[in-house]
Amino acid sequence: MQVRVTNVSKNYAGMAALADVSLTVGSGELVALLGPSGSGKTTLLRTIAGLETPDSGVVYFNDRDASESRIQDRGVGFVFQHYALFKHMRVMDNIAFGLRARKKNRPKEADVKLKVMELLDLVQLSGLEKRFPSQLSGGQRQRVALARALAIEPSVLLLDEPFGALDARVRKDLRRWLREIHDRTGHTTLFVTHDQEEALELADRVVVMNKGQIEQSATPDEIYDTPATPFVFSFIGESSVIPVVVGNGRATLDERVIDLEVGVLADGPAKLFLRPEDVAMVTDGGPGIPGLVVSTRRIGGMRRVTMECGLARHRIEFDAPAEIDIHNSQRLQVRITGGRVYGDGEEGYATEKLASSDTADFKWARAEGWIDR
Amino acid sequence: MTEAEKSVMATRRRQKQAVGEGPLTRAALIAVALAFLGIMLIAPLLVVFAEAFSRGAGVFFDALVAPHTMSALQLTLLVAAIAVPANLVFGIAAAWAITKFDFKGKAFLLTLIDLPFAVSPVVSGLIFVLLFGANSALGPWLDEMNIKILFAVPGIVIATIFITFPFIARELIPLMEQQGSSEEEAAVSLGAGGWRTFFLVTLPNVKWGLLYGVLLCNARAMGEFGAVSVVSGHIRGQTNTLPLHIEILYHDNKAAAAFAVASLLAMLALVTLAVKTVLEARFAGSLAAQRRH
Repeated sequence: MQVRVTNVSKNYAGMAALADVSLTVGSGELVALLGPSGSGKTTLLRTIAGLETPDSGVVYFNDRDASESRIQDRGVGFVFQHYALFKHMRVMDNIAFGLRARKKNRPKEADVKLKVMELLDLVQLSGLEKRFPSQLSGGQRQRVALARALAIEPSVLLLDEPFGALDARVRKDLRRWLREIHDRTGHTTLFVTHDQEEALELADRVVVMNKGQIEQSATPDEIYDTPATPFVFSFIGESSVIPVVVGNGRATLDERVIDLEVGVLADGPAKLFLRPEDVAMVTDGGPGIPGLVVSTRRIGGMRRVTMECGLARHRIEFDAPAEIDIHNSQRLQVRITGGRVYGDGEEGYATEKLASSDTADFKWARAEGWIDR
Repeated sequence: MTEAEKSVMATRRRQKQAVGEGPLTRAALIAVALAFLGIMLIAPLLVVFAEAFSRGAGVFFDALVAPHTMSALQLTLLVAAIAVPANLVFGIAAAWAITKFDFKGKAFLLTLIDLPFAVSPVVSGLIFVLLFGANSALGPWLDEMNIKILFAVPGIVIATIFITFPFIARELIPLMEQQGSSEEEAAVSLGAGGWRTFFLVTLPNVKWGLLYGVLLCNARAMGEFGAVSVVSGHIRGQTNTLPLHIEILYHDNKAAAAFAVASLLAMLALVTLAVKTVLEARFAGSLAAQRRH
């Protein structure tokens, strides 16, 4: 089933959650909606599901206007961040819920049982069908939620931060496992995440969203290697920014030419976005940009160096081999080997990435404890 | 005792002291709490029963089986039997609307639900007198249609419904708010219609809050005095509920009889509490499971 979102807008109390968003998801594609909180990714997902009604614009399932059918008949499998399992029902009844709710072609109870067992096997929870959700771990609950969504043989599978509430280890396992399930079942799948690593690892295509708009929609490689906007560049992976001047099709820092494609940028001030691997230490005495080391920290096999460079002392970060001893206040020279130059007016992603999701989790946890008043 | 055990014991003692008070303070606090409980809750209950039997068991049982007492008991049960189901439906509907949907005037509706708590019951009763009385706008029409509301059972039922309206809604709203609507959304996305979602998902999630609300509502419906007193007209054997009957007996200098009937009302309240406790104990497992989740 192809999903086509055309010119969808949605406002909440005057704030634009979605501003004229268009997106096409091909049949069988696995697409990640990636963005910081408040970027509209969840609103887009819920609009596709029919849980939100767009102010304008249309969602098509194949060539049918989805708003013509009720949510119940859309055939979307929706997986919620906090599982939304029916607490008072056993795992088996949770999974069977959608089958039993069918008005037309409701399967016989024996067939329902068979199907539930099959799905439990698929999500590797065989033997737990008699448990209540409260007797399962977070990862198991999310797998039940997925089985429940798959039970109705959905035309589209939508997952809202499916691994957001799980710890890092379980999250990684489930990620791989979701990919396997997708490859096996072939559902058109969209999932929302604020975790760029998750999006890049899992999806066929990543849709980066910001302020209710799509910044870029491309394969993980393209997103990482040729980010369309400074926002995408700085939201994906680590980055530093230094102001440069563009003239004659070249970028210069303190009148030193940087050997980079500038593209079609107009002459004048611009911003150079760098990843840690775009900067290399000059060890052969060749030309480079001089700088002063501010701090170093060890990251895996590399040493991440924070350095102030140029006349205006801009901070950049790069990786140096761990075996080279670099200490604070050391003077060294670096060469810029990559990165991208964007116009001066465009903004990158500046705020702390984890802050928003952490508070969201906290709120949820507090709500959980509320009942024990 | 080994050294290790001794050190564990010492640690425990220290821990106890870290969070608790000294033994003297503790004893004093417990004494204050018990004294308060005794004077405010237990003594009144005992006094009711003691007074009821003060003229002997004969007087007690005579008062209970007196025709006016029986008719008052019947009326009280009838009123509760109408008011509680009515507010069950209203309360669930109001809580459902307020917690699962967004609409204009939501805050106003919330305030309105609290109105019966805020207004004195006597005033509530007077409101209905003004509304249905002979001099009201509705009065002549009701008279013409030969519908009697004031000083009759319908008036008592209406006043009771009004007074007990907030109990169930107030119990459900915070509970349903806390649970959010994602389970309902899940049910709907799985193809369930409105009724199915309500009966299979929403209702089971709030059943304990609902039960508690129903019990509170029932206790108040049986015990309401002020509003009912205004609209009832105190016609013995016809529009006297148990609380009104008790007052009449008391003013007739039949203290023992008044307390005997009062003890009947107290028994109804105790039975209500007992039912709640038994149910909670019986389903403690599923209750705990729900809270944990």
